[in-house]
Amino acid sequence: MSFKFTEENITRIAQARKKYPTALAAVMDTIYIAQEQNGYISNEVMEEIAIVLGIDKVNVLSVVTFYTMYNTKPMGRYHIQVCTNVSCMLRGAYEIWDGVKEKLELDHMQVSQDSKFSLEEVECMGACGYAPMIAVNEDYFENLNKEKVFEILDSLK
Amino acid sequence: MERIVLPQIPNLNQLEIYLDNGGFESAKKAFARTSDEIIDEVKKSGLRGRGGAAFSAGLKWSFMPKTTDKPKYLCLNGDESEPGSFKDRQIFEDNPFQLIEGAIITCYAIGANVAFLYIRGEYHKWIKLMQKAVDEAYARGFLGEKMKETFGIDFSCDLFIHKGAGAYICGEESSLMNSIEGLRGYPRVKPPFPAQRGLWGCPTTINNVETITNVPAIIKNGWEWYSKIGAPKHPGTILFGISGHVNKPGVYEYPTGILLTELIYDVAGGVPGNKRIKCVIPGGSSMPPLRGDQLEGIRMDAESLKEAGSAIGTGGVIVMDEDTILLKVLIRIAHFYHHESCGQCTPCREGTGWMKKILHRIDEGHGTSKDLDLLVSVANNIEGNTVCAFGEAAAWPVKFMIMSFRDEFEKYVKKDVSIPVPNKVHSMRGTAVPLADLLK
Repeated sequence: MSFKFTEENITRIAQARKKYPTALAAVMDTIYIAQEQNGYISNEVMEEIAIVLGIDKVNVLSVVTFYTMYNTKPMGRYHIQVCTNVSCMLRGAYEIWDGVKEKLELDHMQVSQDSKFSLEEVECMGACGYAPMIAVNEDYFENLNKEKVFEILDSLK
Repeated sequence: MERIVLPQIPNLNQLEIYLDNGGFESAKKAFARTSDEIIDEVKKSGLRGRGGAAFSAGLKWSFMPKTTDKPKYLCLNGDESEPGSFKDRQIFEDNPFQLIEGAIITCYAIGANVAFLYIRGEYHKWIKLMQKAVDEAYARGFLGEKMKETFGIDFSCDLFIHKGAGAYICGEESSLMNSIEGLRGYPRVKPPFPAQRGLWGCPTTINNVETITNVPAIIKNGWEWYSKIGAPKHPGTILFGISGHVNKPGVYEYPTGILLTELIYDVAGGVPGNKRIKCVIPGGSSMPPLRGDQLEGIRMDAESLKEAGSAIGTGGVIVMDEDTILLKVLIRIAHFYHHESCGQCTPCREGTGWMKKILHRIDEGHGTSKDLDLLVSVANNIEGNTVCAFGEAAAWPVKFMIMSFRDEFEKYVKKDVSIPVPNKVHSMRGTAVPLADLLK
């Protein structure tokens, strides 16, 4: 299965490229665009990114494997991120984490059978004053407790 | 009390409202003067970096070479990944144009034509908000080529947003530059400092987003006004992010030098259930913690906190009440630094892992008093032996938590324990005991 960027995404990559004096610098933006299109970064995707930007594939690989927000395997449609760092922990994040693990029957970085959910225990998300929090894909949900988290999970179709 | 970074003006994040409240007037004022005068003004104002090191902003700018054939760059650090720190997102949300105005004044002062605003990847929402503000500023001629027309000067600068992808270390300035260049976020060896060799080998200045947002106010009201706010040696206001066991957590802007107790009890509404405070981390998780019974009289500015044995950091105050199990907190902090270590320097890569393992051993009930000394020893061997300040950030919480709360940690450990060994033969390798004797 080969991967090709859509026309629209090629334009977006060209726009991102314009921000920087080198093509390599646009790699992070391009990986995001690829992840949006493909869901995760596979070997083929990395090859395509390297071709589109005219850089070496190893540069793409080195960046993909360094940063935690690039997925190298398919994640669920709803990627549930639970913060358990200090400020959240003090306000009951582990209760939420244990509850969510039990409810979804998933552990850290696991994906459910139907690919609906994936779960991740994340480091500080910068919502310490509104702790505890979870993020579903790109959206933050703050000032939670276990019941509210379950409500959010139940509302996801 | 006047607020500088987050004024209490509703809808200030809309360009029209910002303009009605004197928006971009400071930029006009700045462009009428020379860049040296602006650097001098900021230097005299005493503005210090809000990213953790509290270094003089004006002094940092003055390190930029005056004559160079290379392009110069400005980086705005909005990576904020320090646990306990969540102030920059408030700027992106409530006052994005003051940040943009600060950026163009800074660009003018240091002679840069391109600024990169680095925002952590998890802040999808705030990146979109900020991008919208930047687009509007472009459309109205406050950024880009059109600036020449708007302000009637021979200077223009661009502002680009660079989205991070989930790496705490990218908040370190040289790591941030590598990340913008499209590399792994490995910190660089200093010197050369960014002002000599920064982005793509060109002179670069890196400032925290909050620092830059202060600049328009300094230009508008003058350095004398700014230097009189708060503590004399660390003037201005700080966005304090108060979290943990308080009734009203959140971001509050107050002048430096405010009493820590005032911040916790009056501003943040005290501790739930009127419990006593066991521990306070005053500046984000990497700063040395303070004992709850020694909070009286501590003021929140760089000098006072240094005297109290801690540091201002990013102003992220984490409060823990008397029922907190500090061992669990320390395990979580150690886990964080182990996870976020970039792996470049051995002391940090290995040391953070060992600190985590030793803490887990204590948690499982197999710890001895010697383990506490061992933890401090490991921390001491990380500190100062790494390329970047991450080593200190990882070592300090462990070292100072154990040193300040030794009495508490002694409760978690025993005098000595016999650790169960699964394979007796293996454990006695190298001794003279014959295998047959063991099997008797």
